[in-house]
Amino acid sequence: MRTFRIPDQVARLAVLFAVAVVALVVVRHIFVPKSFGKLGHYRAAAVDEIASQSVRYAGMQTCVECHTEEAEKKSSSFHRGLACEVCHGPASEHASDPEAKKPFVPRERGACLYCHNYLPSRPTGFPQILEKLHNPMKPCPTCHNPHDPTPPHVPGTCSACHASIARIKAISHHDSLECETCHEASPQHRQDPRSALPKKPTNREFCGKCHAQNAPSAKEIRRIDLATHGGRYLCWQCHYPHYPEGR
Amino acid sequence: MATTCERREFLLKLLQLPCSAVLLSMCGPLPLFADEKKEGYDAGEHYYGMGIQVDKCIGCGRCAEACKAENDVLRQPYYFRTWVERYVVYGDGEVTVDSPEGGIHGFSAAESDREVLRSFFVPKLCNHCDNPPCVQVCPVGATFKSVDGVILVDKDYCIGCRYCIQACPYGARYLDPRTKTADKCTFCYHRITKGLLPACVEVCPTQARVFGELKAMSSPLRRLMRMSQLQVLKPYLNTEPKVLYSELDREVR
Ligand code: HEC
Ligand code: HEC
Ligand code: HEC
Ligand code: HEC
Ligand code: HEC
Ligand code: HEC
Ligand code: HEC
Ligand code: HEC
Repeated sequence: MRTFRIPDQVARLAVLFAVAVVALVVVRHIFVPKSFGKLGHYRAAAVDEIASQSVRYAGMQTCVECHTEEAEKKSSSFHRGLACEVCHGPASEHASDPEAKKPFVPRERGACLYCHNYLPSRPTGFPQILEKLHNPMKPCPTCHNPHDPTPPHVPGTCSACHASIARIKAISHHDSLECETCHEASPQHRQDPRSALPKKPTNREFCGKCHAQNAPSAKEIRRIDLATHGGRYLCWQCHYPHYPEGR
Repeated sequence: MATTCERREFLLKLLQLPCSAVLLSMCGPLPLFADEKKEGYDAGEHYYGMGIQVDKCIGCGRCAEACKAENDVLRQPYYFRTWVERYVVYGDGEVTVDSPEGGIHGFSAAESDREVLRSFFVPKLCNHCDNPPCVQVCPVGATFKSVDGVILVDKDYCIGCRYCIQACPYGARYLDPRTKTADKCTFCYHRITKGLLPACVEVCPTQARVFGELKAMSSPLRRLMRMSQLQVLKPYLNTEPKVLYSELDREVR
């Protein structure tokens, strides 16, 4: 009678196989870092290592604890949205030992110009100056307290904050028109712009006041037939009002 | 006969020894000690994202500067974790994009007589995709998505093969020549885990950058999600970015 027994060669192979598996386990154990796979296909300990990097920007909350005067001044000014360290640079070393390390104090004009020099790409309404024309050579803090930069007097012109529009209008056929001719603006708009937005024309008749055939405006102004010209569209859907001759 | 027996026993013992050693060490330190819970921060309670309000960006570049200072990013150009691009759309439809040194020294007005249709700034950074191609291609598991949704690089484990740099559709990674490992934005992981804002968000003067929880109701980011129509960069790639843009122009890519 033949009893079933595992053939010799298979048993030996099995042993060899077992050895190979064990070797694999051992090698894996040695080479795969301990925390690998704990949270996913990565070394979990790396997360803590990355989190332990040192902090350079202390954050405004920290500065405010000691510098109440500057903080208070700034909190109700045009610069209320600015962090201290955007101007003073990373200062966590200073915050933990004020005597040992002094932060950078940006007295040069360049520090303000990052934000305030005129660039047509900046959003409309952002206050900008032309560096070469705005009190050249003088450091900005002589007239503007950096922590409360309210200009010595309220900006007289709309161009302070709408520079791009003002510039294109200045070379257009509408140059002779004041902004206020078309935008009724309360003085508050110049102090706190978003709380009091100026009005904008709402209908075709507005432009018709000057451009309609029978309008009582200056003779040299070109006329159109208000009833038909441009169909049912508003005038500024075709003409850019700040540069109306652009076709 | 006896000799075979001895050999068997010897082989067996040979097997047992490392086996038991490995098994023992695999148990690790006893569970009693293993339970060293990090106090304070629980990654499971957070899921981060960033919102970018393009119409608020004034192009001051302070974010790119702060990022370099905070994270010790190489000063030379071409190494950026975040940078600011200027788009100019001309009347004839041509679009130019520039980012002089990532914007860390600000921008200067471009002199041109051509008619400009519109122009604006777009801050860029790692999009911390929910479905990150860079993680998929990493051959060693050195870049990964953490529990709180941030894509990180394990510097000790990275072999510098550059696959992830190739795979990133947003150009957000670079090889740090000092360590020869991949490097990228971490959302300032060392800051956010301490309750601070990422450096770029901290210094942004107009809140063009909004950082916060994607899933919690009371988060500045959640408000942005409520109030604006948000878009992501290159949505057709299905990377599911967690950096969300409002007022994004169609020319931006
Ligand atoms: C622990 C309290 C403390 C904190 C926190 C702190 N400071 Fe100061 N800071 C001081 C003191 C004290 C001085 C005055 C040192 C002196 O004049 O010798 C000072 C001076 C300064 C100065 C003037 C340096 C000069 O050259 O005149 C600046 C600017 C400044 N701090 C900015 C900051 C900023 C930004 C932060 C936040 C990151 C900050 N500080 C956080 C205590 C603090
Ligand atoms: C817009 C940039 C800007 C911001 C934002 C800013 N500072 Fe300043 N800070 C300056 C400048 C410029 C000076 C130098 C003023 C001068 O020379 O008269 C200065 C001076 C100081 C001084 C020294 C005062 C002195 O008389 O020497 C302290 C302290 C200070 N800042 C703290 C702060 C703190 C705290 C904050 C945040 C609450 C802050 N600053 C935010 C630009 C800034
Ligand atoms: C990081 C960017 C930044 C820097 C640097 C900066 N500012 Fe400002 N500034 C702003 C923002 C933002 C406003 C608010 C604009 C608004 O209300 O829409 C502002 C407003 C102002 C205003 C008010 C203008 C107005 O009438 O509406 C003045 C003046 C001003 N800043 C001067 C300065 C001066 C001087 C410095 C240098 C010490 C400086 N700024 C540096 C961002 C900056
Ligand atoms: C000699 C004093 C003086 C100096 C120096 C000065 N400003 Fe002004 N600034 C003013 C006055 C006055 C206004 C009010 C608007 C006007 O009449 O031009 C003003 C207005 C502003 C405005 C609001 C926009 C505008 O045109 O009305 C900004 C922004 C501004 N200044 C930034 C700066 C910056 C940045 C610097 C440094 C590069 C600086 N200022 C230097 C006096 C000064
Ligand atoms: C202190 C800076 C500042 C000054 C000065 C200023 N504006 Fe504005 N203006 C703004 C800001 C900020 C906005 C809002 C822009 C936005 O939210 O998109 C704005 C918006 C407007 C709008 C658009 C309103 C809308 O509903 O879209 C008009 C029109 C306007 N301003 C006209 C004027 C006129 C006319 C003047 C001069 C009398 C003027 N502004 C002076 C800052 C200013
Ligand atoms: C001929 C009338 C007219 C004049 C003059 C005029 N505007 Fe306008 N403005 C308009 C009209 C109409 C709109 C609405 C345009 C639209 O909705 O397409 C407008 C829109 C605006 C807006 C918001 C949209 C935009 O383009 O950003 C601002 C800001 C603005 N004007 C500022 C000014 C300023 C500043 C001046 C003076 C330098 C000025 N405008 C002069 C008619 C005028
Ligand atoms: C206060 C009077 C006045 C108002 C209101 C006015 N304009 Fe004009 N417009 C002028 C003057 C002055 C000119 C320059 C004379 C000319 O070339 O006809 C002009 C020129 C134009 C031109 C012709 C440019 C050319 O020569 O090809 C167009 C188009 C135009 N305006 C459109 C508008 C639109 C649209 C509005 C309404 C948003 C408007 N205007 C409101 C006074 C006005
Ligand atoms: C559908 C687009 C459209 C609309 C809406 C429109 N215009 Fe025009 N307008 C034009 C075109 C195109 C021209 C140039 C026609 C030409 O050169 O013969 C023009 C020419 C003009 C001119 C110059 C006429 C001349 O003799 O050169 C004036 C002034 C003008 N428009 C005013 C207006 C006013 C005011 C409104 C609103 C009542 C308006 N437009 C609405 C398209 C439009």
